[in-house]
Amino acid sequence: MQVNGKLWAMMLIGLFLLAVLVSPAFAESSAEGAASGHTWWFWPLVLFFVTFIMGILAVLGGVGGGVLFVPIISGFFPFHLDFVRGTGLLVALCGALAAGPGLLKMNLASLRLAIPVALIASTCAIIGAMIGLALPTNIVQIALGATIIGICVLMLTAKKSTVPDVPQADRLSSALRICGVYQEASTGEIIDWKVHRTPLGLALFVLIGIMAGMFGLGAGWANVPVLNLLMGAPLKISVATSKFLLSITDTSAAWIYLNKGCVIPMMVVPSLVGIMLGSFVGVRLLKIAKPTFIRWMVISILAFAGIKALSKGLGF
Amino acid sequence: MEEKTQDLLKATPEQLLYAKILEWGMYSGLLILLITFGLYTLGILDPYIPLDKISRYWSYNVHEYLEHAGIKNGWAWLGMLKYGDFINFIGIAILAGVTMLCYAAIVPTLLRSKDTVYAIMAVLEVIILGAAASGLLAVGGH
Repeated sequence: MQVNGKLWAMMLIGLFLLAVLVSPAFAESSAEGAASGHTWWFWPLVLFFVTFIMGILAVLGGVGGGVLFVPIISGFFPFHLDFVRGTGLLVALCGALAAGPGLLKMNLASLRLAIPVALIASTCAIIGAMIGLALPTNIVQIALGATIIGICVLMLTAKKSTVPDVPQADRLSSALRICGVYQEASTGEIIDWKVHRTPLGLALFVLIGIMAGMFGLGAGWANVPVLNLLMGAPLKISVATSKFLLSITDTSAAWIYLNKGCVIPMMVVPSLVGIMLGSFVGVRLLKIAKPTFIRWMVISILAFAGIKALSKGLGF
Repeated sequence: MEEKTQDLLKATPEQLLYAKILEWGMYSGLLILLITFGLYTLGILDPYIPLDKISRYWSYNVHEYLEHAGIKNGWAWLGMLKYGDFINFIGIAILAGVTMLCYAAIVPTLLRSKDTVYAIMAVLEVIILGAAASGLLAVGGH
């Protein structure tokens, strides 16, 4: 039933795009625009196809759409970084909004774990967005490039622990009652989880929030290692809570970009539709894809985009 | 014991309420965004920036873009909803605003279950997101 729903949604969006492409307004403006190089719809259409591929790769590579979007689009498209970051945040936000309700209902995303973390991360994302918008573009571009290369290193080196050993919950997490129970679907095992090192974990979310807001990246790449490896939440709870967390962190930063004027609908809608359709296809391809190969491919693309961002920032 | 475990496996009432509002907001925001984008690109509503001129603006930084296009930042888009491009901001604002609604909605549930600390954190989150959305947090240009 759910699969049929998604297929219908894809068909409707496909028909919608077809209607746009054959509309008289589209043809008229295209003819006018053709005189000055590319027609107006050229870059939005390329953006749609690229984000569609990105959506597939993001699912198969186990990364968020936002982290691929900002370095690739800012590196290879004619859009200014201000608009790319604004759009990137909305892309990451929509991915989180789409996944959030299901994860919360299944009790995989923990609201109890997310609320204190989100309070810190969203406040710092606002600060990050304000810093990012106040700094010169080349400085942000250099910092973005360095961050993306850092993310590649993190993806290559970070281990994951399905159910980390947490001998004892710390005092803060005990006071906040950050704990839960979930059933591992593959084995049927009931897992009782709690977290430790909460103060340090919360402190790291200051940094994560700032980076998310500053670069317009979703921060799943940083959320999951902190929740899983440092605080000791089970991997599934960490991944689900991280995804849900983005809906809060990115909301605060998105408003800053939105109010500043960094949102152009002609960039936002093709990107959102592209990423979402790509994600639907990606989920289907998961069964047959080779995850190791895809992961290496994603890391390589990210590294290339990171170097490109660095060189653009340095003026090479 | 078995019954207690089953209860623990279920999401809490505030979590379910949050999920329900989030789902509603996400679907309505996306639907409105797709409809308004259709009105924009199909030429049903005239845009403020003509479609064939849009590519001139997206390579500027935001400061130059606002200046060249004669657009005010903040909530000024509310006064420009008659234009095909600006009407898209309704859906975007719903998507960016639904989280605030979710937080505000769970406060009474948290207070009923005497979870005062979490209720305070939820209220603080609404204030923070509200401050970000208000446009009062001004930022400098490039």
